[in-house]
Amino acid sequence: MMNLWLYARNLIIGLWIVFKRTFTTPVTVQYPEERPYLPPRWRGRIVLTRDPDGEERCVACYLCAAACPVDCIALQATDNPAAQDRRYPEFFRINFSRCIYCGMCEEACPTNAIQLIPDFEQSEYARRNLVYEKEDLLISGTGKYPDYNFYRVAGVKTLDKDKGQAENECPPVDVRSLMP
Amino acid sequence: MIDWSHTALTIGVILGGALTLAGLLIWVERRLLGIWQERYGPNRLGPGGCLQSLADMIKIFTKEDWIPPFADKAVFVITPAIVVITALMSFAVIPIAPSFVVSDLNMGVMFFLAMSSLAAYSVIIGGWASNSKFAFLGSLRAIAQLLSYEVFMGLSLMGAVLLAGSFNLSDIVNAQQHQWFVVPQFFGFLGFFMAGLAEAHRTPFDMPEAEAELVAGYHSEYSGMKFGMFFVGEYLSILLLSAMTVILFFGGWHGPWLPPVVWFVLKMAGFIVLIILIRATWPRFRFDQLLSFGWKVVMPLALINLLVTGGVVLWKAG
Amino acid sequence: MEILFYIAAAVTVLATLRVITHVHAVHALLYLVVALIALALIFYLLGAQFAAALEIIIYGGAIMVLFIFVVMLLGPLAVEQERTWLTPGTWVGPGILALVLLGEVGYLIAVGDHLPNTVSETRQKGLSIALYGPYIIGVELASMLLLPGLIGAYHLGRRVSKESR
Repeated sequence: MMNLWLYARNLIIGLWIVFKRTFTTPVTVQYPEERPYLPPRWRGRIVLTRDPDGEERCVACYLCAAACPVDCIALQATDNPAAQDRRYPEFFRINFSRCIYCGMCEEACPTNAIQLIPDFEQSEYARRNLVYEKEDLLISGTGKYPDYNFYRVAGVKTLDKDKGQAENECPPVDVRSLMP
Repeated sequence: MIDWSHTALTIGVILGGALTLAGLLIWVERRLLGIWQERYGPNRLGPGGCLQSLADMIKIFTKEDWIPPFADKAVFVITPAIVVITALMSFAVIPIAPSFVVSDLNMGVMFFLAMSSLAAYSVIIGGWASNSKFAFLGSLRAIAQLLSYEVFMGLSLMGAVLLAGSFNLSDIVNAQQHQWFVVPQFFGFLGFFMAGLAEAHRTPFDMPEAEAELVAGYHSEYSGMKFGMFFVGEYLSILLLSAMTVILFFGGWHGPWLPPVVWFVLKMAGFIVLIILIRATWPRFRFDQLLSFGWKVVMPLALINLLVTGGVVLWKAG
Repeated sequence: MEILFYIAAAVTVLATLRVITHVHAVHALLYLVVALIALALIFYLLGAQFAAALEIIIYGGAIMVLFIFVVMLLGPLAVEQERTWLTPGTWVGPGILALVLLGEVGYLIAVGDHLPNTVSETRQKGLSIALYGPYIIGVELASMLLLPGLIGAYHLGRRVSKESR
């Protein structure tokens, strides 16, 4: 009998607690009118960036495609004879209907070419429109790393510099010489 | 002689009002649940989102109306109509204001009970005709629940009937001019409200359509407008439950200053909000708890209440 | 009002016929429900409103629900078997008896006017006074009949504890 009274009391208290919520303001963000704050490192849409010289950063090393857990990245490498056989992707395709925005590709990328940016508004009516080609992905800026230029720090020979002339790089050692 | 034009007007107003309110109630419920869960609920279409039901209706009409190949077709198709028809038929005896009633039947209370017992068929044969496990389990639960709750729904009503000395709903309302029956009939009110919640499959007693365990219970296999009919029928029965509670225990249209219709609608709105609040708060009963609570607690309570009321009425009559 | 009566009567007869001839048990029961509702309408038209309401609440709402409940639990319905059961050999006997009854009804209709046209409107108060006055023995007997049923059901449905085995 005592228990029954306790149950009834607790049920009524529950009702009252819920009813008090009538006078609180909702925590919902009214999205299209009211934009939520997205931190700069928020992982959203994937873009391909260019280095400060305006060349494509991507060297088509396939590391992003290998790292992708859902295999949504497809690309094919080719090289540019005009620029010292510098490699670049012939096509670069990301299927965003499969992408899980995990950011593994960004971590795998040796040249900081592939980057995830704080943008998530990618809704489409047709699913095929979610397959982004290279021209959709490539942006004209440098993304999160404005000063980074892979070919300026890497020890490969390019059109305007030879081996050993990159930043923080010593001149090449003649390995055949035994002179100290 | 019956005044045909008056009757036709009343039927039109009550039918249209009940269906519109049932549609509006879908939005009201979603909105209130949202507010109580610290969100907004549907607030886009129309002022405050009140046209949401219209959009839902358009959507539900244009959806594919699928009849499962394993279902019993004729029965499957008839079932959704039974819910809405029985609920709307019950509105025929609801007196909203003096002489604002479709049929001031002598047997108003009995008519209401008869219709609510026929409404059980929609659940039962709907679940059976769907020919699927979850729907069938839902309808089995519904039968056990409805059979046990029908009994004390009738019993707890009888206290009010005894006090008013009539089965006519208008007479019952008129008998409450000075004192609402909720005061002498508090346990009757509790029993009736509980049984009504069970009849309308509302939250503490929504075992037949428990989403978490039975998918959607007896209407799992229904789609399109057939599902919509079940949905509208459920909200019609909420309206009916609150209307009957107001009539039987809360003085119907009686109240100071305001016109009777306004009082009736206000009281009804209060009960609708209470029902939604209960849904927002309380968890669901376990099934065996539900049945043992019905038979072992509420049923004896209703019987004792009836006995005491009868004794008091006889003693006062001398 | 008379046309309503004839419609309800026709519905009752047709639905009852389907109850007998239908091979699908649940469908047959649903026809029985329809017949009961039509019968309630007839009661109402004859002025017995209380009986009409009770007919729907108790027969239509409770007893038939239990019937359907049990039949639904019986599993896959043996429709073919039902078909074999309905042979002329089985229905000839009851059919002849029913024909005799039909003949009596026909005779009564032909003889005519000493049947009451409508029962005078029975109020629930009068009904209750009749039940608890002259017919008290019947009510008590019925309740005594129900009590053993209740006890028996409790005995069958009781949870047997391990000690009592």
